[in-house]
Amino acid sequence: MIHTVNKSPFERNSLDSCLRLSLKGSPILLIEDGVYAATGGTSVSDKVADAAKNHPMFVLGADLQARGIPEDKILDGITVVDYGGFVDLVVEHGTVHSWL
Amino acid sequence: MSEVEYDTQGVVKKFMYVNRKAPYGTIYALEVLEAVLISAAFEQHACIVFIDDGVYQIKKGQDTTAVNMKNFSKTYGIIEMEKEDADEDEDMDMVWRIIVEKESMEARGLTAEDFVVDVEVIASDELAQIMSEQEVVISG
Amino acid sequence: MKFGIQVNEGPFTHQASDSAYLFAKAAIEKGHQVMRVFFYYDGVNNANKLSAPQSDDRNLVKLWGEMAKEHNVDLVVCVAAALRRGIVEDNLAEGFRISGLGQLTEVGMAADRMVVFGD
Repeated sequence: MIHTVNKSPFERNSLDSCLRLSLKGSPILLIEDGVYAATGGTSVSDKVADAAKNHPMFVLGADLQARGIPEDKILDGITVVDYGGFVDLVVEHGTVHSWL
Repeated sequence: MSEVEYDTQGVVKKFMYVNRKAPYGTIYALEVLEAVLISAAFEQHACIVFIDDGVYQIKKGQDTTAVNMKNFSKTYGIIEMEKEDADEDEDMDMVWRIIVEKESMEARGLTAEDFVVDVEVIASDELAQIMSEQEVVISG
Repeated sequence: MKFGIQVNEGPFTHQASDSAYLFAKAAIEKGHQVMRVFFYYDGVNNANKLSAPQSDDRNLVKLWGEMAKEHNVDLVVCVAAALRRGIVEDNLAEGFRISGLGQLTEVGMAADRMVVFGD
């Protein structure tokens, strides 16, 4: 299973619920406004950095670029992917659980 | 445009319908419910899961008269009936579960007695395992 | 692989339809098949042929219709959700068809992967 989170961690509890209900080792992909969770220097950065130790974590580059977030601001342990990479992740990891 | 059909003969998958939003503030609760009910005809396995504010969807005592909206809380009883029919029918290989996440329920000061249907109250660790086994996740 | 996609939101107000479209496009470019895109909730508004975005902006209604035609993607608008929101045959954009909720369950059964885009 692969989890996607599309909402900002400051707007909604989707990331929290995802972290609570996803098995360790299951990949998480941040898309749309969810990409803000991938940045350092925020009040959730520690939580997300910890999560990245237990889950392969990915962030959609297109959504980072749209929001003016440079890749050097992304937390260690989070890999930037493009839409092709998004597709590959879904092919590889099976069922998609979209946390809206 | 003409109907497009796919060959799904003999396919039985594990579907999970995830409800995380409160009723009435948005339409997601009602329209996921409609999707669940239609799916009964396909005899697939289903977990209908209520997490976060989704637990409010099945809370007893809803009266929508003053907000002029349809009160669909009783309709969840049909899910319960479909589940019971499936459980009783030995020829039918269809398992439906109605699940409430324990943490979400307790965070909102609710208990299993507060719901319009019988539910399985499951803690997040065990629910995470159940969720990981699902094959199709419909998020509302 | 065969993909099914669900779109829960209309064009422009939420990013869901854009994300779904770009995902579908990438899947097709990688040689996968997008069997069906099921438009539910406000997602049915992606099928409104009267949508007229600014000329320098993307036209999602048309983009979906072109994808349907070029790559044989079945674009299905849920009849119940459509009726609520005033999407009928008369204003249905090219490439879309209106059908029942069963089409969602069916593509869930038939596809190898199902992805939901919403709010």
